[in-house]
Amino acid sequence: MEISGWGRYPKIDAQVILPKTGSACASALKDPGLLIPRGLGRSYGDSSLAPTVLETTELQYFQEFDPETGVLACDAGVSLYEILNVFIPQGWFLPVTSGTRFVTVGGAIASDIHGKNHHIDGTFCEHVLSSDIALGNGEIVTASPTQNQDLFHATCGGMGLTGVIVSARIRLKPITSSEILETTIKAPNLDAVLDGFEKYIGSTYSVAWIDCLAKGPDLGRSLLMIGEHATDGGLKVSNKKPITIPMDAPTQLLNPLTIKAFNTLYYGKVLQAEQSRRTSFETYFYPLDQMRDWNRLYGKPGFLQYQFVIPTATGREGMRRILEEITESGQGSFLAVLKAFGKQNKNYLSFPVEGYTLALDFKVTPSIFKLLDRLDELVLQYGGRLYLAKDARMTEQTFKASYPRWQEFEAVRSKYHAIGKFASLQSKRLGLS
Amino acid sequence: MMKRIVIVGAASGIAKECARIWVKESAVDLTLVVRDAIRAQPLVADLQVRSPHSKIEAVTVDFNDATAIHNLVEEVYHSRTIDNVLIAHGTLPDQADCEKDLNLCKETLEINGVSPCLFAEAFAGVMQNQGKGNIAIIGSVAGDRGRKSNYIYGAAKGLVSRYAQGMQHRFASTRLQITLIKPGPTATPMTEKMRAKGMKMAPVDQVAKEIVDGIAKGKSVIYTPGKWQIIMLIIQHLPSFVFNKLNI
Repeated sequence: MEISGWGRYPKIDAQVILPKTGSACASALKDPGLLIPRGLGRSYGDSSLAPTVLETTELQYFQEFDPETGVLACDAGVSLYEILNVFIPQGWFLPVTSGTRFVTVGGAIASDIHGKNHHIDGTFCEHVLSSDIALGNGEIVTASPTQNQDLFHATCGGMGLTGVIVSARIRLKPITSSEILETTIKAPNLDAVLDGFEKYIGSTYSVAWIDCLAKGPDLGRSLLMIGEHATDGGLKVSNKKPITIPMDAPTQLLNPLTIKAFNTLYYGKVLQAEQSRRTSFETYFYPLDQMRDWNRLYGKPGFLQYQFVIPTATGREGMRRILEEITESGQGSFLAVLKAFGKQNKNYLSFPVEGYTLALDFKVTPSIFKLLDRLDELVLQYGGRLYLAKDARMTEQTFKASYPRWQEFEAVRSKYHAIGKFASLQSKRLGLS
Repeated sequence: MMKRIVIVGAASGIAKECARIWVKESAVDLTLVVRDAIRAQPLVADLQVRSPHSKIEAVTVDFNDATAIHNLVEEVYHSRTIDNVLIAHGTLPDQADCEKDLNLCKETLEINGVSPCLFAEAFAGVMQNQGKGNIAIIGSVAGDRGRKSNYIYGAAKGLVSRYAQGMQHRFASTRLQITLIKPGPTATPMTEKMRAKGMKMAPVDQVAKEIVDGIAKGKSVIYTPGKWQIIMLIIQHLPSFVFNKLNI
């Protein structure tokens, strides 16, 4: 069947295997041939694409929960959505969450996802106590920061290239309310928003929406949104059904004019310099989940998401330079999200490094690839890198120059029988064996 | 008092989702009737995590043994009111295999047709004394009209339909309700082979939600997703000279 990542570019006709248990995953690995594990297919590019795909979405049992410690053991195919549905009413929240709930625990580990609290809490995997992994030889082993450490640090952020994650133990975070106290701060330009991240470094959550079409003195104008868990207001999960996008939008729906109009309205909607409100966790963390299949808004050709990080030292300058390049191109993104990252972790291929990250969407057009190649050069020049979970196009040279630990990663893969067993379109493009 | 629910064939994809919805609504006293206790353990653990205050147990029985079914139901009932029974087990072997292998054909007819009726009969026997409650049986849209791609499975489900109709007649003047559920193709382990080929299926959580809601409303027949009621109405009324030309 034809599958793709969330960006709907590229697509591949794949054979999909759907094992029902962890041991069935391990057995499937004894058959010869290359494959790549896949969860809900929310990585944007080609990380979860291969001619044979092992989908883990049927592994969906909770195994055990300890209300004393908040440690949850569950199958890798359980989604963050399911965890929130079950545990918010019991007073627990995810330690780290991506901007969508529709990812599996296995996918969250493989991409080592980050959220709006990275500057304080780090990545998802920093809250994973251990994980069971089906290796290329059909054996299931447990990996943790103290047991098979090399495998653990390669698997966290390893894009499914070390084995099939079949289950994990993660530590949830206690909450007394499902609501978020959100403050939106208007930042008229790039310096203002980056200063804002520093000023609010003690806030649990922070993220900025940035207008990539604003030029000149307005370059980098943003809305900085910070958030804290409320302490009252109940533990509620909404049953509201998402809006569905019934078909592909015409390719011209999102063009520089409509985006500019949207951005101006969005920025202008916040009247005061600072505005606070109480909101549901769904609205705060997952605004796009309220629109199922929003990826269809970009029309049939699909879109590319481009997320890079630039280390703090060169961050301001690099961010300005790259924003200028984007605004000059006029190919501005509908959704551009800026965030200040905290410390880097020990995982070989985890994306976050201390600095600034920007995520943008670009509709797939013939001219876009050239612009992104140019941005790659700038990102490298400023010592940054791209997020593998979003990537569909970076070159092997770019990858190897910006992920210096790729050889150590390959050595661990070799030790744990992953080479010759796990490969994706992405891993081949990036020159991993 | 906690609602008392019994699910037969609880390991099936639809039953599992219904169980998850029920334990989410409130803590329940839940008995899962399964063929294989070891395979049911992960489900028991999962439901217990979802609902720490529920009382959940799994019991095993041979689904084709009438005496064993009778005894098990007596034991499960044990003079304690049962609010809901959901009979959900089934298998969907390849039609061509059933045509070649009469033993498989027989098993398919028994497990999808005879066995659910035996369970329903046994539960009706004990629940008629309490004079209320609901027994829901999962049939299928495949039971509405026989067609070449799955008529052996369909015939068994057709048996279930006629059986449920009779039960509804029998208990019409009581508060014991009989619900017949007819799901369309649903994304469960049973339909995995078809899904791997890219066939679109209804999401199992949506189907389960409609089943749980339909049972709560005391519906006699639940088509899920609802569109199948219209589709099957048309299919049932197509004249043979048209129907027999369709490759379905």
